[in-house]
Amino acid sequence: MATGVAAWLPFARAAAIGWMPVANCPMPIAPRDNSRKQDELIILNVSGRRFQTWRTTLDRYPDTLLGSSEKDFFYNEETKEYFFDRDPDAFRSILNFYRTGKLHYPRHECISAYDEELTFFGIIPEIIGDCCYEEYKDRKRENLERLQDDQEENKDLKQPNLNFRETMWRAFENPHTSTLALVFYYVTGFFIAISVITNVVETVPCGTTTNQKDMPCGERYTVAFFCIDTACVMIFTVEYLLRLFAAPSRYRFMRSVMSIIDVVAILPYYIGLVMTNNEDVSGAFVTLRVFRVFRIFKFSRHSQGLRILGYTLKSCASELGFLLFSLTMAIIIFATVMFYAEKGSSSSKFTSIPASFWYTIVTMTTLGYGDMVPKTIAGKIFGSICSLSGVLVIALPVPVIVSNFSRIYHQNQRADKRRAQKKARLARIRIAKSGSANAFLQSKHNGLLNELLELTGSEEDEQKLIKSISLLKSQHHHLLRCLEKTTAHEFVDEQVYEQNCLETALQTYPSHSSSIASHDSPAVTCCGASGKKNTPLPNANLPLANPVPSHRGPLQELSALHIQSADPLSHTSSRSNLNLRTDESKRINCKSGRITTAIISLPTPPALAPDADGLHGPPQRRPPPPLGHPAAPSIQTTTSSAGTNIVKVSAL
Amino acid sequence: TVFVVWLVNTRGRQRAPSDSDLELSTVRHQPEGLDQLQAQTKFTRKELQSLYRGFKNECPSGLVDEETFKSIYSQFFPQGDASTYAHFLFNAFDIDRNGSIRFEDFVIGLSVLLRGSVTEKLNWAFNLYDINKDGYITKEEMLAIMKSIYDMMGRYTYPCVRDDAPSEHVDKFFQKMDKNRDGVVTIEEFIETCQKDENIMNSMQLFENVI
Repeated sequence: MATGVAAWLPFARAAAIGWMPVANCPMPIAPRDNSRKQDELIILNVSGRRFQTWRTTLDRYPDTLLGSSEKDFFYNEETKEYFFDRDPDAFRSILNFYRTGKLHYPRHECISAYDEELTFFGIIPEIIGDCCYEEYKDRKRENLERLQDDQEENKDLKQPNLNFRETMWRAFENPHTSTLALVFYYVTGFFIAISVITNVVETVPCGTTTNQKDMPCGERYTVAFFCIDTACVMIFTVEYLLRLFAAPSRYRFMRSVMSIIDVVAILPYYIGLVMTNNEDVSGAFVTLRVFRVFRIFKFSRHSQGLRILGYTLKSCASELGFLLFSLTMAIIIFATVMFYAEKGSSSSKFTSIPASFWYTIVTMTTLGYGDMVPKTIAGKIFGSICSLSGVLVIALPVPVIVSNFSRIYHQNQRADKRRAQKKARLARIRIAKSGSANAFLQSKHNGLLNELLELTGSEEDEQKLIKSISLLKSQHHHLLRCLEKTTAHEFVDEQVYEQNCLETALQTYPSHSSSIASHDSPAVTCCGASGKKNTPLPNANLPLANPVPSHRGPLQELSALHIQSADPLSHTSSRSNLNLRTDESKRINCKSGRITTAIISLPTPPALAPDADGLHGPPQRRPPPPLGHPAAPSIQTTTSSAGTNIVKVSAL
Repeated sequence: TVFVVWLVNTRGRQRAPSDSDLELSTVRHQPEGLDQLQAQTKFTRKELQSLYRGFKNECPSGLVDEETFKSIYSQFFPQGDASTYAHFLFNAFDIDRNGSIRFEDFVIGLSVLLRGSVTEKLNWAFNLYDINKDGYITKEEMLAIMKSIYDMMGRYTYPCVRDDAPSEHVDKFFQKMDKNRDGVVTIEEFIETCQKDENIMNSMQLFENVI
């Protein structure tokens, strides 16, 4: 049961008296509280420091060390106290957990020492309250990372048997792993540098030749540059192909930024090879050579800093985008104003609004080239306003971006953390809920076995079963059973519920059984399930009258329904399920919605996961015909959330 | 400039504190003395002590408001939605209808439920069902109560809870209780019918030994 509300269980049980007058069935017997001793003080001696608390405080969490009988191992007969040889400081927060229901993480504690204490006392760290959980997780992650770093260094030394491809990939990604990788790394870096320098030097005027013109070196030493270019591109191509070969996921590699840069770097050369010296395309060809400058980005493989910069720009992109947008707005406004202000003056350079953009940008960024200046008075006034606001507009965003960036970066990290924690927290809550619900169903199951054993007279087994549940739990379960009796319905497992829904939705054939009307069945289950009556129920053709597995043989007369619902049902659907009593007027409050009639000649879904969520239609009932043959046109297939193909039956 | 104005505005907005944040959020309630409570209820001194310790642990301020009450009660019924029934229960305990349960209300209610006579318990149950406390249980009130009880069962039940299950249940209840068929159940009809029903009488004794 959930934390800390054990104190309210007596209240909840007392409040159950409110159900009694409306219940139609008799209530189950309450569990006997055999231990009626008064509450007493327990002394816990932790390394000399004595803590005292009530016994009931510790009993709140029966699956921890202090709450269970495990502490008896630490009982000191002479001093009548429980002695633990552990850290008393950490014990404070553990004892407070029992008292308040919230576990706090003291910040001055070492994370691994605290973890050890928690493990010793049988408390799972996930219970740590929200106030301290983030800190705890952060410290734990830091610790893990530190340990991992150490581990990775060790890992590099030992070489498990990687195959050739994996070795190559590791060599590419971490050049420090082997000498060959290091050599390769430096060689490629060298060639990138060469290539970039070549591109630059190509355009430098190389001194005059016989004709007076200054030729750029590229045109003077065409062959030499061409050779260098070819060599570089060959190296890059080989490198790219090797990386492609070694990549564990080629598709993902091809989509990654670095490989795109590689491709863009070498493509112009090949395109240039392919294209002829046609006059029309040479212009385009020249443009392509510009892309060769992308080779410089290949350095980012060699420089961690460049990569980080790229990543930060990417993460700050929305802020930058907004800044750009607002700047554009300002530019448009001022350009328009300047254009109309300068329209009057003759020989004005402000020929159109787009032409004024240039003036606005140059002025706002305080560059002031002077190639366009306003001549009218209005133009000068607005021009000065423009430059003044430009100072503000440009000077302000820089610190804002910096602080924004750092804030967003940390916020992102925190948001991701919170999202992950939220998911973990919801999962915890769900597990706790389903855990308690499952515990109840399990205990019901045990309780029935109990009743059986009572009837068959084996007392020892009964005692064994009873002892296994704590008093608190048994009282809670008794409460839930009273609720069941009040409403004359039972709690079942989710899977069983789905199964029931399917089967009750399966109302096609007129049933051969006349026995039980559905609105009688609650009464039947209610009173039949008490187990006190020994009359065999007319259960022969009840909806779940599957042949019950044989180890429940003697039970079959009594409350066969119960055992069914407690078992996770096997979905070996038998024909008997089809012999349901039809009741067209029944509305079923199941997830399947209102299905009045159903058609059973179905194409069967390929696989039916028994615990698929959102099952809509009937499962397969006959050997599956090949899927390509749709039977009745009224049937649509819907894929449930679990991904299995379930057929949804529409009412005709 | 537009950008600047926007910037200034957003910065300013973040820094405006609201006085309402400074309201004192600690309201505390001290219960009456142990002797008075002993006189008002049928619990022994030790029982009152242990009850108060548990109560104070869960609600250090000494008052339970409806939200806390709902969340505590819902923990016992993980599969369904116990909030509506908890609301009715809260109103049944909150005798002076001031929106919070003090320890006195709590312990007086418990005294009736656990140590009271059968008539007192039936009175309490009637009070629970009579939502507007006018002395009559109408079909609508009963339907609301019934629906809230069925809500606690949740969805995964066997057999599936049908939409008309609560109203059927209410009809059965009224058939049994409403003797003069006037559409409402009065306290006398209620007590009389319950006293005749053996099941109900037995179940009333069920929780005698809870504390």
